[in-house]
Amino acid sequence: MPAKTLYDKIWDAHLVHEAEDGTALLYIDRHLVHEVTSPQAFEGLRMAGRKVRAPERTIAVPDHNVPTSADRAQGIENPESRLQVETLDRNAREFGLMHYYEMNDIRQGIVHIVGPEQGWTLPGMTVVCGDSHTATHGAFGALAHGIGTSEVEHVLATQTLITRKSKNMKVEVTGTLPPGVTAKDITLSVIGATGTAGGTGHVIEYCGEAIRSLSMEGRMTVCNMAIEGGARAGLIAPDEKTFAYVMGRPHAPKGAQWEAALAWWKTLFSDEGAHFDKVVTLRAEDIAPVVTWGTSPEDVLPITGTVPDPDSFSGGKVEAARRSLDYMGLTPGTRLQDVAIDTVFIGSCTNGRIEDLREVARIMEGRRVKDGLRAMIVPGSGLVRAQAEEEGIAQKLQEAGFEWRMAGCSMCLGMNPDQLKPGERCASTSNRNFEGRQGRGGRTHLMSPAMAAAAAITGRLTDVRELA
Amino acid sequence: MQPFTTLTGVAAPLPQVNVDTDMIIPKQYLKTIERTGLGKGLFDEMRYDEEGNERPDFVLNQPAYRNAEVLVAGENFGCGSSREHAPWALLDFGIRCVIAPSFADIFFNNCFKNGILPIVLPQEQVDIVMEDARRGANARVTVDLEAQTITTSDGTVISFEVEPFRKHCLLNGLDDIGLSLQKAAAIDAFEAQAATARPWV
Repeated sequence: MPAKTLYDKIWDAHLVHEAEDGTALLYIDRHLVHEVTSPQAFEGLRMAGRKVRAPERTIAVPDHNVPTSADRAQGIENPESRLQVETLDRNAREFGLMHYYEMNDIRQGIVHIVGPEQGWTLPGMTVVCGDSHTATHGAFGALAHGIGTSEVEHVLATQTLITRKSKNMKVEVTGTLPPGVTAKDITLSVIGATGTAGGTGHVIEYCGEAIRSLSMEGRMTVCNMAIEGGARAGLIAPDEKTFAYVMGRPHAPKGAQWEAALAWWKTLFSDEGAHFDKVVTLRAEDIAPVVTWGTSPEDVLPITGTVPDPDSFSGGKVEAARRSLDYMGLTPGTRLQDVAIDTVFIGSCTNGRIEDLREVARIMEGRRVKDGLRAMIVPGSGLVRAQAEEEGIAQKLQEAGFEWRMAGCSMCLGMNPDQLKPGERCASTSNRNFEGRQGRGGRTHLMSPAMAAAAAITGRLTDVRELA
Repeated sequence: MQPFTTLTGVAAPLPQVNVDTDMIIPKQYLKTIERTGLGKGLFDEMRYDEEGNERPDFVLNQPAYRNAEVLVAGENFGCGSSREHAPWALLDFGIRCVIAPSFADIFFNNCFKNGILPIVLPQEQVDIVMEDARRGANARVTVDLEAQTITTSDGTVISFEVEPFRKHCLLNGLDDIGLSLQKAAAIDAFEAQAATARPWV
């Protein structure tokens, strides 16, 4: 038998049909749904008189539009946001979806945090969602990627996706991470090295000692941003950490089924000698705590760096960098550590899990948010929030000067009231620094939770290693 | 879906790399539950100032390009989110073809589902079409999907590649779901086999 990659194995296990030209019909094990990219899909089904083929495999939760203020139980003030959430409520009911976490359910949260938390995401599965950060679930060794709304409708109607096989790409991170360097620094550094189109047309498998050493939370952070490197999906082969994370979750298999599942999951790795079309290797020792300086996630530099000169780039990037610096209000040659910030956002599907909040609490120990800064923490789910409260983290962080919010996507993309004002500069643990992403004219610097906490303390971009 | 056969129209030059989906259609327009009406939000922040007035220097605000049907852009067009609102906004504005050296995967895919033809060409050839587009409203290009050619205003003919299945669907305006439901027996069989092989799923 020819050597297969992990991606090859999952692909083969889900292939319903493949035409001669490579157009394939792939079976989908889990379909995650949120309120922004689904209304037109359900409407399409309704117009055609079609049903949801597998309501038991469809998991829905509102996350993008939900306010994160404590009074949200009284309803959503913005009429458009309210309509979108109510539309999901109605569609979940009308189409008989069996797993719906409504806004005031404690299990509600960002769809990519809820899926793993509830045990919906399991190794070897195919997972799709009308959301590009579906790549997150690849941390479990599941083939997971974002789809458009037309495809959401297609999956609802057929439980399959028309697709083509991507190429295999290996991203290996060797060695041991230096102190102060986290999963977020790895994933940003990979994008810095390969560019935002480096993974286009590929599924990335992340491997190497530094990846293996990460917790499941860290692995989710890495895979989450595969899309920012252009790859629709990122994968990490499951191991004992994966199995330990999954075991006992509400929808994970139990008893004899667990044993059967485990036996199969243990076969999910890339065979010795399997072919990768592209290989990128980074040494963990070379990775530093990083921040972004521009308006593309590839605009990554170590915190010890300076704002680059646009003329140091080539091709279309010269003009793009000039435009970025103009938008970001930065001058070439400025030390990144001298850039003052106005706001800190901790949360998102990239960094809204319990381990991220623990890390922030650790850095904040005995320290406070600098006076005058707006600093908010938005847990990724109601259960993450509850756990942080139980561990006493929530209280400590509030005492340190953070706002403690309800769960949702929040300021990662500002579809709810949590937005930046024009010119406002934010140290953010989210995933995109695009122009206007967090609010029109808002300026985003992406970084790890530890680095965002450090920035909260000093009021400027800060090397967390100086505080440790 | 409206079929795409041939298109003759004005091409607008947007020589910018990494045009992301947040630029194409920002978040405030994603709250709609409709597919239509998004043209007004296309390239919102590039097209309008803070007061909502048109920025005269933006290409689609210039008289020559207000009715553009083709967009010529830089590499990695459509990177970022999976929002199908991006092709919906392009379509609602009237753009039915985007030409670039490369596209982000999800955006590329979403275009085909909406009767928009995304064409990948080597940078040198994109440059030729871009130069032609800069001539303005008199420089109309013709895109012929059946022949897989682009003809610029001066008669230069450039060939392009397109996957046969996608070409077939676009030429005929076919609904993917209808096609896949014809394979219902294969899906049933797969489910039955998977229920035995992986009963925990």
